[in-house]
Amino acid sequence: MNKNIRILIAKPGLDGHDRGAKYVARALKDAGYEVIYTGIRQTPEAIVKTAIQEDVDFVGLSLLSGAHNELFPRIVNLLREKGAGDIIVFGGGVIPESDIPSLKEKGIRAIFTPGTPIKDITDFIETVK
Amino acid sequence: MQELARRVIKGDIRGIAKAISLVEDGVETVKKEALIDSLYPHCGHAIIWGITGPPGAGKSSLLDRLIEQLRQDKQKVAVIAVDPSSPFTGGAILGDRLRMQKHAVDDAVFIRSMASRGHLGGVAGATGDAIKIFDAAGYDHIIIETIGVGQTEIEVMELSDIVLLVLVPGLGDEIQALKAGVMEIGDIFIINKKDHDGADRLRTEVEYVLSLKNGAENTTEHPITMTSATLNEGIAEAYSIIQSYYTTILKNGNLAKKRKNRIENELKHIALSKIKESVDKFLNIDDRLDSWVEDVFQKKVSPYKLLNKKINKFLQEIDWK
Amino acid sequence: MSKDERFRQKKQEWEAGTLKKVIDRSPERKAEFTTGSWLPSERVALPESGDFDDYNEKIGFPGEYPFTRGVQPTMYRGRFWTMRQYAGFGTAEESNERYKYLLNQGQTGLSIAFDLPTQIGYDSDDPHAEGEIGKVGVAIDTIKDMEILFDGIPMDKVSTSMTINAPAAVLLAMYIAVAEKQGVPRSKLIGTIQNDILKEYMARGTYIFPPKPSLRLITNIFEYCSAEVPKWNTISISGYHIREAGSTAVQEVAFTLADGIEYVNAALKVGMDIDSFAGRLSFFFNAHSDLLEEVAKFRAARRIWAKIMKEKFHAQKPKSMMLRFHTQTAGSTLTAQQPDNNIVRVAIQTLAAVMGGTQSLHTNSRDEALSLPTEESVRIALRTQQIVAHESGITNTVDPLAGSFYVENLTDKIEKEVWNYLNKIEGMGGMVHAIENGYVQKEIQDAAYRYQQEVERAERIIVGVNKFTIKENAPGGLLKVNPKLQEIQVEKLSRIKKQRNSDIVQNRLSALGVAAKDPDKNLMPFILDAVKDYASLGEICNVLRAEFGEYQESIVL
Repeated sequence: MNKNIRILIAKPGLDGHDRGAKYVARALKDAGYEVIYTGIRQTPEAIVKTAIQEDVDFVGLSLLSGAHNELFPRIVNLLREKGAGDIIVFGGGVIPESDIPSLKEKGIRAIFTPGTPIKDITDFIETVK
Repeated sequence: MQELARRVIKGDIRGIAKAISLVEDGVETVKKEALIDSLYPHCGHAIIWGITGPPGAGKSSLLDRLIEQLRQDKQKVAVIAVDPSSPFTGGAILGDRLRMQKHAVDDAVFIRSMASRGHLGGVAGATGDAIKIFDAAGYDHIIIETIGVGQTEIEVMELSDIVLLVLVPGLGDEIQALKAGVMEIGDIFIINKKDHDGADRLRTEVEYVLSLKNGAENTTEHPITMTSATLNEGIAEAYSIIQSYYTTILKNGNLAKKRKNRIENELKHIALSKIKESVDKFLNIDDRLDSWVEDVFQKKVSPYKLLNKKINKFLQEIDWK
Repeated sequence: MSKDERFRQKKQEWEAGTLKKVIDRSPERKAEFTTGSWLPSERVALPESGDFDDYNEKIGFPGEYPFTRGVQPTMYRGRFWTMRQYAGFGTAEESNERYKYLLNQGQTGLSIAFDLPTQIGYDSDDPHAEGEIGKVGVAIDTIKDMEILFDGIPMDKVSTSMTINAPAAVLLAMYIAVAEKQGVPRSKLIGTIQNDILKEYMARGTYIFPPKPSLRLITNIFEYCSAEVPKWNTISISGYHIREAGSTAVQEVAFTLADGIEYVNAALKVGMDIDSFAGRLSFFFNAHSDLLEEVAKFRAARRIWAKIMKEKFHAQKPKSMMLRFHTQTAGSTLTAQQPDNNIVRVAIQTLAAVMGGTQSLHTNSRDEALSLPTEESVRIALRTQQIVAHESGITNTVDPLAGSFYVENLTDKIEKEVWNYLNKIEGMGGMVHAIENGYVQKEIQDAAYRYQQEVERAERIIVGVNKFTIKENAPGGLLKVNPKLQEIQVEKLSRIKKQRNSDIVQNRLSALGVAAKDPDKNLMPFILDAVKDYASLGEICNVLRAEFGEYQESIVL
């Protein structure tokens, strides 16, 4: 037995476009990770509590409504407040290129935009785990 | 006492979560055993429920409703939701908590998803230790939701004080399932989706099978109740049946019997796994196993003859005799 | 009578009946239609040989059962589809400006996009609305926002489509009330509300209440409109989002029609007569790039729905059997890479929708995979429709692909697969059960997963994504929503809450709560009273939340 990587795939905000999140969840499972999926419309508070209870190594956030600049950093900050700043946060969705640098500055470690092959995500996980 | 144990006893959420990962990963055996040893004196307060039944029976949705009831009674609740790991990749999708996610922001509810990681029996190998962690952390109720694959889920019976078996009409193979021994697992039978066609018929079938099992006089021993988790109907009734069932087994001594039985099973399990570990180690020392295989293959010796001779030596080595 | 004679007779009957009636009422756009070489374009090209009986039964004449060739006998020779661009963002003021721009550019109908808090029944000051205000559409809290939205737009002339589902009753009530302030009686209002909750549970996600009370709200609207707002399309049963979630074309049709069956059953259960509401049911489909399958899909959908209405529900009026639909090109096919390529995708999809006989169309803008569309992108998208309408020639004849061996064959195949699904869902006790047990979601997800795997393995080529890629600079000139918007909207709401008569509002809300407890009461009049007195959308939805509870997602991965 060894340490399994656990990943929370979460959808903050109100949009219901979960096709991408579900695809990533399933593909990460097929890549051998334990994936917790919590469904749409999760508040930042619920996401952070879930991440902590599930003791995940990564939180992957998916958002297509355009509220990423508000919600992604909020989740990172809440994790830090709860002493869980070591959990690595990444994100995906319809996110303009120009927003990415400031998101990274605020602690979102990687952003995967539509069309990203799943291998880019698994490479990221394996590199930073 | 370890720092981690202290955090668990204090009810620190991150500490509990880390402790469960420790028992789940099972890599650091010494640390794990020390943790459980320090927590053990603080255990014994929680009521442990199992909830089992075929996939699609609505276990998580029902559980979500039962948590509402428990929260109205100001009870602290921990849930261990088990999902299968892929035998090919080891990956897993842990999706049960989705249906209980409205409790995620409630500090008195702790939901932990567990992948089976190859363990058979409907639960994960670390479920038993995770229960102890939640118990020591002060949760009043610890609920194990099994994978839900059927008759092999005996283990939930050994881990829980009360097992709820959730059945639904329309899965097509109800009677088969009833015959196949799933019925042996349940203490309380919940027929969910009672608004669907065939729910009453299913109830009659369950009653019949139970009457065969218990003798016609004795059907009260296993209550049957009907719910609809999605319509939020029959939940309060189910909850009060569970409560009175608990009172009954507490009074008639069945609960103590169950718990002693659980300890017995656990002791056997730990002993067996420790011996197995030693056996594995013993057999692999100095490539002994390879040379024995060769000897048996060459017909120099028969397996019994070889091992009966060796086994005494082994028992001496592990200091058993 | 021989098959030949029967066919000729049928044709004469069609010409003297269905066709003449329509042409007398609304003549065709031109006296003569020709190709580029001035060859005459036939109105409806018909088979010259073959099994005419089979043709009559499966394909028939446009404007007649089973409507395979279209719901009108002259189709776009009569008039073009409604060009309707879905738009809305930010505040009501900004959206109002965009609508006026689009109407000036020759758009013929409005299509309102609401922001997510509005779609889920939260006011802008609700914590759930954080970060989402005005992002994917316009924020509406009270009737005041609706007044601003339609300021200077004649509500008796324009037809308005509102993409609103769970709180559809509230937004419709606001629309009616604002129109009356403009002096337009509700009987004159033309438009559509989406009002299709079932696809929200399986694909789009903006649900509030569980299925049972949601279906009650829907039938309340059916009943109310059939008496009060007779020209209003009370529902737009949508496959669009099912397809966006990754379903196949077959699944899109099957699950949409299964939803339709569920709504019809719900209306019949409350005692409505099938022909009193069936004609006001409308549909909404997706147009993908697989051109010929898409055309076959639309044709099959019309034929199946006609059969369902006639044979299962025993509708009498032809109008009740017609599947009329809006189409939007496929957002999920747009790529963030080389975004100008999307113009071509949208053009192909436009052809699919038009050759499939759509009644109205939204064409996506090239930059939608990146952000909200800019004015320029929206104009190109609208121009795409105008080019197909005026330059392509496919609008000179009805159902141009009829009789193609390939398209007819595909139409039959799709129909067969759809019936398989419909029968299976019926066996599960209907669509609500099929959604609750996760069956539908699982089918969609499996298709989505398979598709994406094919893309990952480059077995399916997406130009600019997994082949023909280039190094690109980040695109500029994207539209950004005003970051101060949240503040502005919250401020506006709090001002209204202070100015209104809060005793009256409380009375209206508690009357609604009482009515909600009685399943035989129609809630529309109560909601209308509440919005007129400036009760907010969130307040109204919270009253209903307290009575109805909230839906809990159930998915299987």
